[in-house]
Amino acid sequence: MKIGVVIFPGSNCDHDTYYVAKEVFGQECVFLWHRDRTLPEVDLVILPGGFSYGDYLRCGAIAKFSAIMDRIRQFAAGGGLVLGICNGFQILQEAGLLPGVMLRNRGLKFICDFVHIRVERNDLPATLGCRQRQVLRLPIAHNEGSFYADPELLARIESNRQVLFRYCDGQGNVSDEANPNGSLHNIAGVANEAGNVFALMPHPERASEMALGSDDGKYLFQSLAQWAENRISASAQ
Amino acid sequence: MKATVVVKLKEGVLDPQGETIRRALNKLGHPVQSVRQGKYFELEFDDPPDAQRLEEISRAVLSNPIIENFFIEDNLPERHGAQSRGAKREK
Repeated sequence: MKIGVVIFPGSNCDHDTYYVAKEVFGQECVFLWHRDRTLPEVDLVILPGGFSYGDYLRCGAIAKFSAIMDRIRQFAAGGGLVLGICNGFQILQEAGLLPGVMLRNRGLKFICDFVHIRVERNDLPATLGCRQRQVLRLPIAHNEGSFYADPELLARIESNRQVLFRYCDGQGNVSDEANPNGSLHNIAGVANEAGNVFALMPHPERASEMALGSDDGKYLFQSLAQWAENRISASAQ
Repeated sequence: MKATVVVKLKEGVLDPQGETIRRALNKLGHPVQSVRQGKYFELEFDDPPDAQRLEEISRAVLSNPIIENFFIEDNLPERHGAQSRGAKREK
């Protein structure tokens, strides 16, 4: 599949994401610049982690006005796959492409640690290679990762089955103790209603080789590659 | 021309920063029941903007409507007799 990784001023996981997609999983990968007014033919756009625009005002609040975001909105509206990782998640929320908002972590500390997340849906492009309820071990690194939505929106997210991942313990139990940042309903990842835009706070690109302590990130990258392959073979028939 | 915009968290949205400030104040002996932290913006314009533009700036950029409300305070001259000087509008 062909992947575009967006670089915003202040992105700092862009090269890791590019490296993992290209070198570890052998996918075609290009960088996209935040000022670009055109989008090349890609199957997936990734908004990487980092501190776009210094996280000034609110995380993602300024990045959402980047020229490329207009193209990404169109791309998403046409069914294109968009994955947000950490700051990319916050940008997609600010842009209105994903629901909710990230508040300051409940403990007021920047958390840089491995966590467990449970796969809540394995019928979406990002997780189709996962078992239902599979537990993944991935690192988080954020200061604003406490998922918030008002009760009405939260109920809608749940009833639409938009929750993709929840923080859990190593056995897959979702509990307050396993919630690192105070996210409502332990939400660590969501999708839009159509299922083609999705994001998570943990960093799959930082855990795709065992040398880094976990390679569970492969489940996401391989799922996405598999999805693209399925689509190509379906259109060839 | 100057306008100020105050952005504050909606009720019910957890504010761990405000809560930490309250605890510190209580520790210092100040009988504060609750603290909510917000943001304050001063905007300067060469030409006075219309009220609609100020609202758009506040809604689309300075605040996130999922978690925040905003107040605009400006000294726009009266227009159509509707808005008085020093008007304060909450959204």
